[in-house]
Amino acid sequence: MFDLEAILNTVAPELLLAAAGLLGVTIGAFLGDRFNSISFKFGAVVLLIAAALAGNYWEGGRAFDGLVETTSFANFAKVVSFVSGAIALLMAEGFLKRHDTMRYEYPLLIIFAALGMGVILSSANFMTLYLGVETLSLSSYVLASFHRDSPRSAEAGLKYFVLGALASGILLYGISLVYGFSGSTSYEVVADTEASLGFMFGMVLMITGLAFKVSAAPMHVWTPDVYEGSPSPVVAFFATAPKMASMAVFAIVMFTAFPQAIAFDNWQMIIGIIAAASMLIGAFGALPQTNLKRLLGYSSIANMGYALVAIAAGIQYGAGSLLIFMTAYVIASLGLFGGVLSMRREGGMVENIDELAGLIRRQPGLATALTVLLVSVSGFPLAFGFLGKLAVLEAGWNAGLMPLIITLVLSSVIAMYYYLRIVKIMWFDDQVADFEPVDGWVTSTVYVTAIVSVALLIFVSPFSELAASAAASLLS
Amino acid sequence: MEFPILSAVTFIPLAGAILILLIKSLTGSQVRSDGSEDDRVLYVGLLFSLATFVVSIVMFLSFDTQGTGYQLVEEVDWFANVKYKMGVDGMSVLLILLTTLLTPIALIASIGSVKHRLTEYTVAFLVLETFMIGVFCALDLVVFYVFFEAGLVPMFIVIGVWGGVDRIYASFKFFLYTLLGSLFMLAAVVYMYLVAGTSDVVVLEQYEFAKSAQIWLWLAFFSSFAVKLPMWPVHTWLPDAHVQAPTAGSVILAAVLLKMGGYGFLRFNLPMFPDASLFFQPFVFTVSVIAIVYASLVAWRQTDMKKLIAYSSVAHMGFVTLGIFSFTEIGVQGAIFQMLSHGLISGALFLIVGVVYDRMHTREISAYGGLVHRMPVYATFFMLFTMANVGLPGTSGFVGEILTMVGAFQANTWAAAGAALGVIFSAVYMLTLYRRTVFGKITNPDLETIEDVNMKELICLIPLAIGTILLGILPNLIFDITRESSLHALAQMAGG
Repeated sequence: MFDLEAILNTVAPELLLAAAGLLGVTIGAFLGDRFNSISFKFGAVVLLIAAALAGNYWEGGRAFDGLVETTSFANFAKVVSFVSGAIALLMAEGFLKRHDTMRYEYPLLIIFAALGMGVILSSANFMTLYLGVETLSLSSYVLASFHRDSPRSAEAGLKYFVLGALASGILLYGISLVYGFSGSTSYEVVADTEASLGFMFGMVLMITGLAFKVSAAPMHVWTPDVYEGSPSPVVAFFATAPKMASMAVFAIVMFTAFPQAIAFDNWQMIIGIIAAASMLIGAFGALPQTNLKRLLGYSSIANMGYALVAIAAGIQYGAGSLLIFMTAYVIASLGLFGGVLSMRREGGMVENIDELAGLIRRQPGLATALTVLLVSVSGFPLAFGFLGKLAVLEAGWNAGLMPLIITLVLSSVIAMYYYLRIVKIMWFDDQVADFEPVDGWVTSTVYVTAIVSVALLIFVSPFSELAASAAASLLS
Repeated sequence: MEFPILSAVTFIPLAGAILILLIKSLTGSQVRSDGSEDDRVLYVGLLFSLATFVVSIVMFLSFDTQGTGYQLVEEVDWFANVKYKMGVDGMSVLLILLTTLLTPIALIASIGSVKHRLTEYTVAFLVLETFMIGVFCALDLVVFYVFFEAGLVPMFIVIGVWGGVDRIYASFKFFLYTLLGSLFMLAAVVYMYLVAGTSDVVVLEQYEFAKSAQIWLWLAFFSSFAVKLPMWPVHTWLPDAHVQAPTAGSVILAAVLLKMGGYGFLRFNLPMFPDASLFFQPFVFTVSVIAIVYASLVAWRQTDMKKLIAYSSVAHMGFVTLGIFSFTEIGVQGAIFQMLSHGLISGALFLIVGVVYDRMHTREISAYGGLVHRMPVYATFFMLFTMANVGLPGTSGFVGEILTMVGAFQANTWAAAGAALGVIFSAVYMLTLYRRTVFGKITNPDLETIEDVNMKELICLIPLAIGTILLGILPNLIFDITRESSLHALAQMAGG
């Protein structure tokens, strides 16, 4: 049966993204390089409209015989992912122009990646999930190696591809085991299946595959290398939109497909261990880093660990906290990568942390904004990130995850050290030369995210209520 | 709705800081013809901190000293069940006054002695003032935590940018030490919020936590406040921070930031976890007495003037914890009094060190000697504050020490006896310091031309001197105001 209304309710943004992506490819085929400059605006507008559509069909729905189902929870994640994807795209324009790689394929790949995110967020069936994951991943591999003349970028793309393909294989193998023991790939049916040993095996393999996508330890090893090697605007994208989407999907899969008591007990422990390992590896791994992108890579591993604490807390306590935490992280990350993109000197990009020395003297506004963002991402009071960490702590307490709370506290202190080191370099060290001016999108992103981080700390109430109602949609 | 005077006191400095930043970003930093930085920005900052002081006086006048409970309460919803709630009692009113008095003094002391990056300097102090006042006003645990932690950032920057040679090490140590303690408190706050359904301090004071939970919660709060106070053996960040911080930073650190620890004990640990407080009393007494005796002995052997005073602060804070955990009215009254008095005296002592440091650029005690010949006025002030720190009757230091010891004596004779030992030691190290720097012959030729205190330094020292003597002679000025808060802090203890 073809129920247009149900389809629109469920996957309107994805339909738009798919159509716009295909349209873009067609236009590109005819216009060639003349499409390059306008394509970025095109991509950003498409992503923003997709976000608006997700907001418009907030309640979601169910379509295609249960292959897809959208909840407010998914729509929340979609809005954050699409908007951050649009911002990351706009930030990329100037960078790519200066590197003579401003090609229309870039925004189209972002659109297809966003399509993948939308599909996984709306998935209610492992087949949909896998197709979405692959759409997202394949676009990401190409994006990572977008600077094909640069050996670092090509290396990053290849590493990402080989490991990512392996993870996809593991995920698929897990799906096939779960299918074998439950007789279905639908979340609903899987959720009602009695958990047997083989079923558990499948579930664990699926967790492994999903953990790779969110770069949680011990499936994190690709992250620092890909972050360092890929072009900076691509990393700005990787660190934000797909992280939000993958983490939300991780939660949706665990909460809706494996809610049985016995499965929950098992995956709660596994995810708890993954979370603790991510927090510690992220914290300790970042300590010796001198490359800012690499450091942010480890920082994202640690932050994914915090987010996983919310998932380990279970659907009732963790879902809302996860949304608040991830949004805070995405906002701060966008701004921080805006900072990375601002580090341009003598025609080339610099990535060493020491290049920020004395920034407060030369560009006090930029340095202050970056300090605010670091404060936010570290979860220190004074910025929105604090409320994110508070929400995760609350979820952890509610679920009685005492060891995770202690790990969270300790790793936060360690993480604070390397965030502080950046602040120290910006504020205390003797200045080096000015950065060359970058385009307005990057600068305004840094300022706007900093202001939003502070503003959301104060006026968080409507936001947290929205997150709570979105989380409630997952429960029903 | 009434005029939100507490929020006004809290946020006037922040408004000033933002205004200064805006103006500076429009005009850019101005460098004079001789290469020094334009210091008018410091005066603007001073203006704002004086305005805060005036408003805090108004706040004090509108505070009913005989009233019970929290006054001037303001409440606005923040998120979920967390409210932005402010309110004061006698203890917090006085600590706010201490803060608003010392911030202008710290800024005056900086004129001429801090020479670079004055805009950031002024802004850091104003922001710090906002957070310090906020800590003493907050009546919601989450709000309290935000202010409590946020204060670390400006202090980190003050130590790290304008500090001495090892400033980076000291600033990191200061920050991370305090943060570790505080995060445990945050975890406890979240737990309390979940169990009691609110983070409102007034409600939580009445809430009875299970005894087993109290033990853990008490420890979590203790870990935060003990580092802040600081108590032995987690005091080691303090000497580093003090030695490396600029004079004004040391003044604020010793006079106000340390008081947050004692304030936290009285506001949270005692009323919220009475059973656990009783349970840990012997532990706190032991640690306090060790702090008093050990820190005094360590202070005796210091060769650096600032380090000596820093260790003396650790010892004096030992009296505060002793008084608080005696659970007697007299002990708690004494502890509050000791906090205020130590705020004046230690602030003044760091200023005193700053005076000669600005002239000689060394804090080594051995570099001085015979200062009385060149600086009679300086020697007089130094004598006054030395005696106050020793606890000479007639100065505020005496009242605080005697009352906390009387309180401790009622609870545990041995603890009081140990603390009394500390009083003797304090005379030893302070008089040694005074003798070696002020008396004797001038041996260091550089001292031949040293000049006596100037007008700026007098303006800083005179209010503190008046306060020290006034409180020493008329301690009831304070006791009348703090009586209700001390009884309030003990109310749950008696009930339990």
